[in-house]
Amino acid sequence: MSNHDDKPKNLQDGLERNIFGLFLATALAVSIAGIVEIVPLFYLKSAVDYTEQTDKYGNAKNEKFPELVWERTFKEEDGKIVSDKTLYTIDKNGNEKLVDWKAGDGVRPYTPLELAGRDLYLREGCYICHSQMIRPFRDERERYGHYSLATESMYDHPMQWGSKRTGPDLARLGGKYSDEWHVMHLIRPQDLVPESVMPAYPWLSDNMVSQDFFGTKRDMKKRLEVMRTLGVPYTDEEIENADKAIEGKTEMDAMVAYLQVLGTMVKLDDSKVYRE
Amino acid sequence: MDTIAKPQYDNGVVKYLTVGAIAFLVLGTFMGTFAAAQLAWPALNFDIAEITFARLRVMHTNTVIFAFGGMTLMATAFYTVQRTNGVKLWSNSMAWWTAILFTIGLLLTVVSISLGMTTGKEYHEQEWPIAIAIALVWTLYTFNFIMTIASRNKETHSHVYVSNWFFMGMMIAITYLYVVNGLAIPVSLFRSYSLFSGVQDAMIQWWWGHNAVGFFLTAGFLAIMYYFVPKQAQRPIYSYRLSVIHFWALMFGYVWLGAHHLQYTALPDWTGSLGAVISLAMIIPSWGGALNGMLTLSGAWDRLRTDYILRFLIIALAFYAMSTFEGPVMAAKTVNALSHYTDWTVGHVHSGALGWVAMVSIGALYHMVMKLWNTEMYSMQLINFHFWLATIGTVFYIVAMWVSGIMQGLMWRAYDEYGTLAYTFAESVAAMHPYYAMRAFGGLLFFSGAVVMLYNVVMTIRMANAKASKPVEATA
Repeated sequence: MSNHDDKPKNLQDGLERNIFGLFLATALAVSIAGIVEIVPLFYLKSAVDYTEQTDKYGNAKNEKFPELVWERTFKEEDGKIVSDKTLYTIDKNGNEKLVDWKAGDGVRPYTPLELAGRDLYLREGCYICHSQMIRPFRDERERYGHYSLATESMYDHPMQWGSKRTGPDLARLGGKYSDEWHVMHLIRPQDLVPESVMPAYPWLSDNMVSQDFFGTKRDMKKRLEVMRTLGVPYTDEEIENADKAIEGKTEMDAMVAYLQVLGTMVKLDDSKVYRE
Repeated sequence: MDTIAKPQYDNGVVKYLTVGAIAFLVLGTFMGTFAAAQLAWPALNFDIAEITFARLRVMHTNTVIFAFGGMTLMATAFYTVQRTNGVKLWSNSMAWWTAILFTIGLLLTVVSISLGMTTGKEYHEQEWPIAIAIALVWTLYTFNFIMTIASRNKETHSHVYVSNWFFMGMMIAITYLYVVNGLAIPVSLFRSYSLFSGVQDAMIQWWWGHNAVGFFLTAGFLAIMYYFVPKQAQRPIYSYRLSVIHFWALMFGYVWLGAHHLQYTALPDWTGSLGAVISLAMIIPSWGGALNGMLTLSGAWDRLRTDYILRFLIIALAFYAMSTFEGPVMAAKTVNALSHYTDWTVGHVHSGALGWVAMVSIGALYHMVMKLWNTEMYSMQLINFHFWLATIGTVFYIVAMWVSGIMQGLMWRAYDEYGTLAYTFAESVAAMHPYYAMRAFGGLLFFSGAVVMLYNVVMTIRMANAKASKPVEATA
């Protein structure tokens, strides 16, 4: 360690004498992988099944596989962002109701109730035990359904692909069971599946979804607005009605709404090869 | 007293961090054991939201990785940087601020996760106010560390010692990865939405996730190895050249591995394959590093019989070698197809986390306790007892997870004679019960070892303080 030679013998020797040089060289060495592996994913169309964002409002379309995305056109009218198709409205009973989209029409943004349910899915840490990413193997296909595509989670900030299946994959859970089944299952999983090691979530039925932490309000309008900033397309009206959509709903309603939409957005064509 | 000739170091903050790390080890392994028991006996969730398995599991990972691991890294970095550069800390008060704020940040993390505040990104669950605070504290830590090295006397300490390279590499990479992965827009004080979504988010998430392992839990703890193994063995490191190769290969190579967590997913195939290939190549530097540590003992292997602290350090290297072999095997596509989503992954993480990270930390912490309080341990026999509890606990844990993981993988893909799936998912869950119970038992042993350690260290400090206050004048 006590080498008194003034001149460094080589690059390594020089770096070992100069901590700032070593700092920069190390910073460079750790940066390369991120640049090679991550940056292309933002511009390679094949990374997202050739789904493209088409306007500044976040609207997306797919020319190669048109069935993947629910397409609609956005424009500004009298300073308001409007669209030719409507995702949801509030009906006379105060419930959110889908308008121009029906199951299988393609990936679309979540409705406010579904998005609130998704927030609860994260809060309870469901992703710790359940994946939402079906791999292209025969057994997974038979157990869970068609393998998952990148487009299906393009509006998921953050994604919930998961890394562990202590419980089964949920990517295509929607529609497999009735709403009543989900409610009973969340209240006491072992009543329906005796072998289950899943915890019970009885409080979901007791809490109103409009209440957030410490009695603060769950501001769905703000949440949809932020989502739009992130590239998830909503019209101004859809954002405006967001708080009404969760009014009077329990956390259970929101959670079940989210679970029931999982995997139902796209109807994938078995004869097509979506990914090599 | 030979201590008088040596320069005086800033020891107070290191003492605080050392004891804090041990306390967090006890807390974190308790949470882990309890969470493991919940999977074996789900009634232990007690229908209490704050301790349901998924929340407790995240509290556990944050406590053991970031609170225990982080405080160990801070304690050892502040301890070794002074001794390898022959100077005091660049700023002792900044080090104290770092230590205290880091403790508060981690306690808030655990409480907020228990309440259900989370980003939903694995191993990066802290919501934005805590995440920003922790990133700033981390920057203070890094800055203080580098400035301490810069302030060394270049006549007596011309070259920066290898443990410092690893510490610094860890600090740089963690700052960079943590900040990028954490980019988000807040929607309330308790919640934010990630800037990234879908496939890009997945890649960024595991680019961070795997390198929380690769840098936080590997590079940082290799720095500990490069200082404490030679110190405890009282021999110089086996090969300088090997350490140079080990360092650069690790800095450059580890960052690529995240993609191997996403094999066969919607991530493009080339990215996953790239991750797998480089994972395989990483065996070479990893084993080089493990051998470098082990061969430092050449000619002094007999010391393992009597030196219980050295035992912790050396078995840690054995586990490091084993898990850096297992990792690349699991990254290979054919193996990954079976192992992904199963308990095998959990077992692999724990052979690294319990066997390598915790063992090398425990060795270093015992070493520091004796040096910092300038005393012998209260009981060497208890260290030996701790060693066996920890080792046997780890073996129980990983064997249980190997069996359950491979069994899960095989059951999920099994077909019966009629060509239909042989097992329902629920049947695979039921089959896991004995292994989940066995894993909880292994965890209990490891946790008990941590309790023994805390007791031994507290008694040692009391003994040292009592001794120090009796004689007329003693060095603190």
